[in-house]
Amino acid sequence: MSGLEDLYREIILDHYRTPRNRGELDPPAIKAEGHNPLCGDEITVYLSLSGEGDDAVIDDIKIGGQGCSISQSSASMMSQSMKGKTVAENRALARRFKALMGIDGIEPQDGDDAIDLGDLEALEGVMKFPVRIKCAVLGWNTFLQALDAGGGTTSTE
Amino acid sequence: MAFDQTAVRKDFPILSREINDKPLVYLDSGNTSQKPQRVIDAMSHFQEHTYAPINRSSYRLAGEATDAYEKGRVAIARLINAPSVDEVVFTKNATEAMNLIAQSWGRANLGEGDVVVLTEMEHHANIVPWQMLVQERKIQIRWVPLTADGQLDLTNLDNLLDGAKVFSFTAMSNVLGTITPIAMLCERARAAGALSIVDACQFVPHNVTDVQSWGADLVAFSSHKMCGPSGIGMLWGRMEILDAMPPFLGGGNMIDTVTFDGFTTAPVPMKFEAGTPPIIEAVGLAAAVEYLEEIGMANIRQHEMELSRYTLDTLKGRFGDDITIYGPDDVKLRGGVFSFAFRDLHPHDVSQVLDERNVCVRAGHHCAKPLMQTLGVNATTRASIYLYNDTADIDALADGLDNATDIFGL
Repeated sequence: MSGLEDLYREIILDHYRTPRNRGELDPPAIKAEGHNPLCGDEITVYLSLSGEGDDAVIDDIKIGGQGCSISQSSASMMSQSMKGKTVAENRALARRFKALMGIDGIEPQDGDDAIDLGDLEALEGVMKFPVRIKCAVLGWNTFLQALDAGGGTTSTE
Repeated sequence: MAFDQTAVRKDFPILSREINDKPLVYLDSGNTSQKPQRVIDAMSHFQEHTYAPINRSSYRLAGEATDAYEKGRVAIARLINAPSVDEVVFTKNATEAMNLIAQSWGRANLGEGDVVVLTEMEHHANIVPWQMLVQERKIQIRWVPLTADGQLDLTNLDNLLDGAKVFSFTAMSNVLGTITPIAMLCERARAAGALSIVDACQFVPHNVTDVQSWGADLVAFSSHKMCGPSGIGMLWGRMEILDAMPPFLGGGNMIDTVTFDGFTTAPVPMKFEAGTPPIIEAVGLAAAVEYLEEIGMANIRQHEMELSRYTLDTLKGRFGDDITIYGPDDVKLRGGVFSFAFRDLHPHDVSQVLDERNVCVRAGHHCAKPLMQTLGVNATTRASIYLYNDTADIDALADGLDNATDIFGL
């Protein structure tokens, strides 16, 4: 059972049962939809920014959609970590998280190692279940899609 | 018991594999089936003793290899009661067979505004090839809806078929397990002047199949779901229809002659078998068919009806309102695939917890996303049985679901 306990840590189940920042934001908030064609998971990320470019601050973030405990809890923890931080800080957080998940092609930048993942560290157990890594990063890719394309649709496949 | 269950289990070497000192509980045969030793041995023996090109070279070995390949075709014709062996076309898989139909028959016979009738319980393989013709030819698709218990709602079938050129439907849903009234549907298609196409992937491995009594025009199914190897699928069709269809893929084996000016095609079935076909796989398939015939398709169906009853009673008895099993409850109307929703757990999480006990099920949309939309879900968990499954497998599934309840604190 050790493997499963690693995957379904209490903090993960807590975010799954009681997702944070659940809901929608009206325009002009940015909206992006992500889906995993493999399992049908869907996540919608809404971002409300103030300021310009990398210095813009995420005033509010909301998560919509439905999916498994890993995709939903990861997105919930992500929303908690991102609120009130700048775009640059959150891009670094995303790099750090995706590196934790062993995603290829992440180029770490100075200072990434120093970023405290907090509760997100609990998702490390996902690494033992490679099929589920896509679930864990779905919300993050959707967030990046929201920033880069100003909205739209992304896919983890 | 319709046959010696213990002996059958021993025929499948993978079923004796243990992971973390626990036995494998394989409940994903609707996805793909496991292989008996005889199929594994037949393929190995063929490669060790007889392997050579087919239909090309004149030496004895090549002749033997060609005969072995053709034995696969003979076996399939026998299994489905095809009137002629030449009506059996080998493809890469059933999906390719469906694409062959849409691209060859469809492009030759369908134009703007022509109607193809499908059902809401189709696999993507019987949807997307037609949607490609919607994009390319502007054909129209009409959908036969479902009843609340997951059967075809045929109330408006005559209206749907009115003026239709094609009626293409599944013989057994890969999600709901529903077995459709195949012969009647073929008859209704014929009465409407539409070509009848049957996706028989889930049906043929588990039932007595008689394409003549169905009265079908074209039928697609696959080897890997019926104890045979992956990499080979089947299209059966009435010769009159196959003969009139243009070729699908061009190349070696499918021609009569080629000049600088053009080509003429070989007769059916070679017309549709361009390039080197799945030779070793056809040999394994012949062994699989012989194996199934020895046990008897009627016996396999009987076993699966009994185990289906046990599955439905066990899951509904132990979990009551916490489980929703889609499709009919009457085992005479369904095969052994059970898609379900369990509490509010996501199918990925259910299958993850089941996997801890080596219970192998599929979680997701089962390549039937439109049907998921009809059911109002994103995904389901699906357990599916075959001749080698027994009540202990179903008990392990139910125990695993109890474990999921514990882990998620429900």
